[in-house]
Amino acid sequence: MRAWKEEHPSRRAVGAFPVYVPTELIQAAGALPIWLYGGGGSVEISHADSRIQSFVCSISRSTLELGLRGHLDVLDGLVFPSICDVARNLSGVWARNFPRMFVEFLHLPQNRRSPSAVPYTIAEYRRLLAGLERLCGKPVAPEDLRAAIHAHNENREAAWALLDARRRTPWATDAWETYAFLRAGAVLERETHTSLLRQALAAARERGRRPKDKVPVILLGAFCEQPPLDLIRAVEEAGCYILEDDLLLGSRWFRTSIPDGADPLRALAEAYVASSPPSSVSHYRGTPKQDLLPQRCRQLGASGVVFLTAKFCEPALYDQVLYKERLESAQIPYVHIEFEEKMSAVDTVRTQIETFVESVLFE
Amino acid sequence: MSDEDAGKALQKRLLGEYYQSLGDAGRSGQKVAYLFVPGNVVELLRCFDMLPVYPEINALQCGIKKMAGDLILRAENIGYSSDVCGYVKNDIGLMLSDRQSPFGPLPKPDLLVCNYSGCNTFVKWFEALAHFYGAELFVLDIPYLRERGPSTADIEYVVAQLEELADVCARTSGVPFDRERLKRVTSLSYAAEKLWVDVLHAARSRPSPFDAYFEAVFYMAPLNILRGTEGCVEYYRLLLEELVSRQKEGRGPVPEEKFRVVVEGPPPWPHFRSFWELFKRWGVCAVASTYSKVGGLFDQGVFHDPAQPMESIARYAMNSYTNWNLGLRLDLLRQYLREYEADALIIHSVKSCRSFSVGQADFRDVLAKEEGVPTLMVESDLADPRYYSEAQLKNRIDAFFESLAHRRLVGG
Ligand code: SF4
Repeated sequence: MRAWKEEHPSRRAVGAFPVYVPTELIQAAGALPIWLYGGGGSVEISHADSRIQSFVCSISRSTLELGLRGHLDVLDGLVFPSICDVARNLSGVWARNFPRMFVEFLHLPQNRRSPSAVPYTIAEYRRLLAGLERLCGKPVAPEDLRAAIHAHNENREAAWALLDARRRTPWATDAWETYAFLRAGAVLERETHTSLLRQALAAARERGRRPKDKVPVILLGAFCEQPPLDLIRAVEEAGCYILEDDLLLGSRWFRTSIPDGADPLRALAEAYVASSPPSSVSHYRGTPKQDLLPQRCRQLGASGVVFLTAKFCEPALYDQVLYKERLESAQIPYVHIEFEEKMSAVDTVRTQIETFVESVLFE
Repeated sequence: MSDEDAGKALQKRLLGEYYQSLGDAGRSGQKVAYLFVPGNVVELLRCFDMLPVYPEINALQCGIKKMAGDLILRAENIGYSSDVCGYVKNDIGLMLSDRQSPFGPLPKPDLLVCNYSGCNTFVKWFEALAHFYGAELFVLDIPYLRERGPSTADIEYVVAQLEELADVCARTSGVPFDRERLKRVTSLSYAAEKLWVDVLHAARSRPSPFDAYFEAVFYMAPLNILRGTEGCVEYYRLLLEELVSRQKEGRGPVPEEKFRVVVEGPPPWPHFRSFWELFKRWGVCAVASTYSKVGGLFDQGVFHDPAQPMESIARYAMNSYTNWNLGLRLDLLRQYLREYEADALIIHSVKSCRSFSVGQADFRDVLAKEEGVPTLMVESDLADPRYYSEAQLKNRIDAFFESLAHRRLVGG
């Protein structure tokens, strides 16, 4: 990041807190969007303790800690979307503690059934864009936005190609590997990241690995705070093929391309309202997601579900109960694990997953 | 009957009638809407003769009546984490116990009106109720107040949704929407809100005639439950009379008002009385509180307006305390400290409600360290009795007021 700043002294870098932020707007304004995913267990919480209570998730605490220690000084701005009360209030704490930074809270529409959701979202995106224009010191033309949408479309397409390949042939690529490739995009220009993803896909195809006797599962619950890489590995090593997951969900939020036509801002807003994936942080527009899950398991041929939820993450913990209920009535096995960024008990989790795998295999 | 008794008697009668109507809902065939206190749209529901039920108020009543602990455990037994909001678990526990509240049986919802103002958990809460009850859910999205005031786009968005909600209510209740009726209901709300502001302002006098936290939370019940009715207006008229007479006699909630404080955060309902005692023994009187503003920031000039009923409902809904950004909340605390000539700020941080509590430590930092306001921050919970540690709280509170008293003595 610092190297990028040195190479591009005149450009701005703007952070995006998970889960979803229309980073197209940041890119269109000429800044580099950076996804923040917390401290990943590498940072000791000390400064943040005096400003945020201990009963909130690690990502909020460690992000604030990174900020207070000056590790995020490279950022000129930071956008918090409306995902939960913790992240929302963190935006306020941030605004006060970093008065020189451009801090924006983006209220994404929760009532996506209302016909008024689209005009509202357009207005909200305009508001964010106006702030970004002030920060970057230039107006954003429709072609800037079209170019950014195009770059994001290609990037999402490459990400999905990799994820789809893993779903079809999970033995060819490990989930922790695809995760690492996607995660690299957090600090890269879209275009650079897209070519990295394409190379990864090509390499996976050439690998020629053979299928193993593992249990195919869906992994859910880690849409915001990210589990330690070791934990994802542990799930796989304990005998699971992860067909689908919601890791880094925001970076690949849309499944299909956003039209970069005459009114790109409207297209971006419409996509959010109509085509957002099921997620614990946005109210469903059609069928509740817990009702979709058993169906999805059958479609994919998943034998079970592994819930990885961040400790203290309320949106995930509430949904977990409803998911669980539906899975039980559909007789689909599941296992629930809570994690924290700093997690030492990976071995215990491995044993838990092994037990789960055995129970599925011997059913 | 003295004014005091008259106000109390009326509140008792009105709330009694309300709970009676909830018990009768099955027989009367009246449609039932569940909704939340902050930013609620009860005025609109009244136009369709729908019965409002407030799960938050049920939860706090269960807290006071010492039922919350068991209900919370019931919800945890079906998988709710120990780290999620106790109000939600209390409500799920009630559902699992056939909705037997301390005030009798509660009806099932016909419609869930999720007025999502100031708390994200509201959405998760009603998604769960929709799941378990199979009732229709309408999420009324109230944008967070991320700037100084609502934008035109915000208001248009909320008003458009209110119109859609009116259609849903008409369909559910079979009652057509009468806009004249909405004007009448909002004007009754306005009358009660005005009187309530006068009540709150009475705490400016020395001594304050009432405790603006421990007593205000009961005084505000009719405004939250019965807003938009004649009885509600009458209640506040009587309450104000009573406070004026207390003022004249120099009477307050403590025998001698030694410390005036502003309180931030909800009370610990399961231990309400003992928590209050910890302050009373020091002659502490709350002169302003933020919890009494969760149902609306009327004292900041936000009122229902019969001339523009829908717009005013939208504005009201955006202006509930926890829907304000932290900068505005901090300014409000400063305003209260000044306006009510308070000696200190008390922050009660509750685990259940992150919407309230995340950011309070930062308030303490600014006010205590940068602005020199004596500030005490204590932690427990609003619903879960397990998080209340009396001895620890007592130590902290005693030490705080001891040092305030000492400072006063040495003229610091
Ligand atoms: S991990 Fe959960 S609680 Fe924490 S910021 Fe993300 S969504 Fe909010």
